[in-house]
Amino acid sequence: MSKVLVVTSGKGGVGKTTTSAAISSGLAMAGKKTVVIDFDVGLRNLDLIMGVERRVVYDIVNVIQGEAGLNQALIRHKEVDNLYVLPASQTKDKDALTEEGVGKVLNDLREEGFDYIVCDSPAGIERGAQLAMYYADEAIVVSNPEISSVRDSDRMLGILASKSRRAKDGETSIKEHLLITRYAPERVGTGEMLSVEDMLEILAVPLLGVIPESHAVLQASNAGRPVILDENTDAGQAYSDAVARLMGEEVPMRFIETEKKSFLGRLFGRS
Amino acid sequence: MGLLDIFRNRSQDPSAKMAKERLQILIAHERGQGQFRAPHYLPEMQKEILEVIRKYVHVEDDAVKFEVEHNEQFELFELNITLPEKGEGNERSD
Repeated sequence: MSKVLVVTSGKGGVGKTTTSAAISSGLAMAGKKTVVIDFDVGLRNLDLIMGVERRVVYDIVNVIQGEAGLNQALIRHKEVDNLYVLPASQTKDKDALTEEGVGKVLNDLREEGFDYIVCDSPAGIERGAQLAMYYADEAIVVSNPEISSVRDSDRMLGILASKSRRAKDGETSIKEHLLITRYAPERVGTGEMLSVEDMLEILAVPLLGVIPESHAVLQASNAGRPVILDENTDAGQAYSDAVARLMGEEVPMRFIETEKKSFLGRLFGRS
Repeated sequence: MGLLDIFRNRSQDPSAKMAKERLQILIAHERGQGQFRAPHYLPEMQKEILEVIRKYVHVEDDAVKFEVEHNEQFELFELNITLPEKGEGNERSD
């Protein structure tokens, strides 16, 4: 039984694609046959973050329009077994994605035996974003501890609850998860950043994980290698924990406390 | 710089507190304008209710409809089950 997972946020630049890449890689490394789909038609970037940009031949729009078969468009990841990427097209045609078309692609992927279908949503609430979440069984809402990102996350949660297929068909609603990214415990400590508790209180969605602000994320995207593969980095480990929780394990939160600084360190040190 | 910061942080209202207060007001307002969200425990609850029903009667997934309605004063959880064959009746609870 496949699970359709959407990674969404409303606001741009909060880490949706980084998260989609990391989570899908983590699921595949756990032995789940996983495909990650880029829904950002016209502005694809998942291929870069996954490091498969030079192997893109066909994309999801080609598949929907019958110009290529699904297996021609799926790119198998070279480093991670069980992991496939379905890129977005670079067409400017906004109507290239249709509800029926996406539904058919997802059904075909189910028949191919994929355990997880991860949909990387574009920013905003336009067509691409709506189609990315429409068929979802579960949603990962990515949010930064920053005022506009939290507001947009709340808006997306409202849309998930009212505009998805599950909502329209009156089925059990989408299971929601909150993933906080770019978290800086030391800035929370000084009272200049919203805390995990603040965000949970406002959004009231179960917490999937907290990814610390980390130089490893930029390094990973520079190299085209999902950050979860860097097992020695804080962000990589935080994503591994989140994947374990997604699969039902109970894992304590890490990287949310700041290291206590000595009094002298606070006097003379920079924060 | 370090020395000054300590005093500054104590005397100033931390900005995260302001962010939280502004968000709480804003989001309460936006949710009030048709931006309603079902409680997050709903999927789990629905699953468990289905399991209980299935202890007594076999129902298909599509024979059970869950709906949450939102009014200004209250929220209504509606559960609609179509029983199989001769028991073709609806059962309702809130």
